[in-house]
Amino acid sequence: MPDQLIFAMEVTLNGLMAGVLYALVALGFVLIYKASGIFNYAQGVMALFAALTLVGIMEGQVPFSHLINAIFGTDVHHFSWSVPALGAILLTMAVMVFLAWAVNKIIFRHLVNQEPIILFMATIGLAYFMEGFGDMMWGSDIKKLDVGLPQGLNMVIDETTYGMFGYGFFIDNLDLIATVIAILLVSVLVIFSQYTKQGRAMRAVADDHQAALSVGVSLNFIWVMVWSLAGFVALVAGIMWGTKSGVQFSLSLIALKALPVLMLGGFTSIPGAIVGGLIIGVGEKLFEFLMGPIVGGATENWFAYVLALIFLVFRPQGLFGEKIIERV
Amino acid sequence: MLDAGEVTQENLLEVNNIEVIYNHVILVLKGVSLRVPKGGITALLGGNGAGKTTTLKAISNLLASERGEVTKGNIMLRGERIQDLNPADLVKRGVIQVMEGRHCFEHLTVEENLLTGAYTRNASKGDINADLEMVYAYFPRLKERRRSQAGYTSGGEQQMVAIGRALMSRPETILLDEPSMGLAPQLVEQIFEIVKSLNENEGLTFLLAEQNTNVALRYAHYGYILESGRVVMDGPAKELRENPDVKEFYLGMSDEGRKSFRDVRSYRRRKRWLS
Repeated sequence: MPDQLIFAMEVTLNGLMAGVLYALVALGFVLIYKASGIFNYAQGVMALFAALTLVGIMEGQVPFSHLINAIFGTDVHHFSWSVPALGAILLTMAVMVFLAWAVNKIIFRHLVNQEPIILFMATIGLAYFMEGFGDMMWGSDIKKLDVGLPQGLNMVIDETTYGMFGYGFFIDNLDLIATVIAILLVSVLVIFSQYTKQGRAMRAVADDHQAALSVGVSLNFIWVMVWSLAGFVALVAGIMWGTKSGVQFSLSLIALKALPVLMLGGFTSIPGAIVGGLIIGVGEKLFEFLMGPIVGGATENWFAYVLALIFLVFRPQGLFGEKIIERV
Repeated sequence: MLDAGEVTQENLLEVNNIEVIYNHVILVLKGVSLRVPKGGITALLGGNGAGKTTTLKAISNLLASERGEVTKGNIMLRGERIQDLNPADLVKRGVIQVMEGRHCFEHLTVEENLLTGAYTRNASKGDINADLEMVYAYFPRLKERRRSQAGYTSGGEQQMVAIGRALMSRPETILLDEPSMGLAPQLVEQIFEIVKSLNENEGLTFLLAEQNTNVALRYAHYGYILESGRVVMDGPAKELRENPDVKEFYLGMSDEGRKSFRDVRSYRRRKRWLS
């Protein structure tokens, strides 16, 4: 088999793995958009905030230590304990649920029946507020996150492919785990939204707030639930990306990677987020591999958007988006 | 339990002199009072903007999400003041609204739409399925369409979905807003026949807002006529049908028989209802 083809296969596999990580972020967007028609600009920052909180709790950091020290002239920064990964993840989840409740209570319940653009603006405000709040709570230095996920070259794949092609593929263990987790997450979310009472109510709220109210669905409850779910997805994405590239400000920018995924897969489809992520991941890696040397590289920054634009022209609702129902 | 088809003297709902203001400034209802007897079909009649929908929404408490509020008067359900409850509490107490313009959940299937109606109940799967069958018995058309997305069904079917969805909450009272809107006359008749049989067979109480005075007065037991946020006339449906003013202004009839639009200039009120 020619070397080029083997490289291309490895690139494709790596693209799939990267796509899964994009999809994890995109999922959070889809959940909130589906249930409330809000495009949540803050999703990326939520992932950052979740990761920061997780690291902080694991290391026993004192929240708001700068603030406390400045006011009381003390010098606290760490508690004397550290929390094991699983416990810290649970605690972080509790923080995300609280955040969901607070966001809904303070902001969104006052914006029922408002224009989508107003809700969108509110999430932009929320994003920058949370970014600053996260910094104030946990400090702005770059942190290392290690919840015990295996990282580095997967030996099994390396050896098998070496036996087959005489060239070992480099696949990161972390990416493999991310894939498994993403598949699990999506299956659970799809089952939840299609087959459970609350999932049905969630979709009902997305279709028609007023009608959902009229049959006795509590909008507040559904929204807190959905924001908590989005917080949970953000936490998973934060763990994966944080482990991969450290917990730092740039984590919030992964949201920008989720946008083309959403355009492609459709804003309203949970499986669409995954398929869109995979297409974007593979597309941009292959394009870089094939065309990068010709056009001078750095295509990964823009290729995804071009791909998404092309899809938009031909299928505005995305690949799996809900059909735009028009009755004539 | 009420014997089917019997209108009692007992008032299920009492609306006492309520005033409703939207956005803190727009006064829509200027003192509306009405009673809804248990087991009856009560009609709320009047033209566009008379306040029919607002009255229903004030009862079902859907006003808040539209920035409206009841500023005066009170609304009682079996003697309990209900205007501070939320819509979900009312659904649990057996009062549910079917909104004007159907408001189906477009992307849900017909059956999923019906199931959302049972959201507030903690019933077993068996009970819910039995109720689904009950709804399908009243609306056989929906059974055929159960797997279609509601957004793709016809206007009449959507109205059936909306009513069926309300039935799934096992209500005592249904507030039915403008069921005839946008439907062919034959279909309107069909919907009202179903309302009548639900009233007679299931003992359901209806308060319905309707512009189509003619149909509404044929099916209702009692009627209220609203104009500009006030009740200007009320009485048993039979009497209203015979009333010369109602005949002229709402049924398009006069002593000389049916009027045509050509005579529209000669319209003059016999009595000034608003003073």
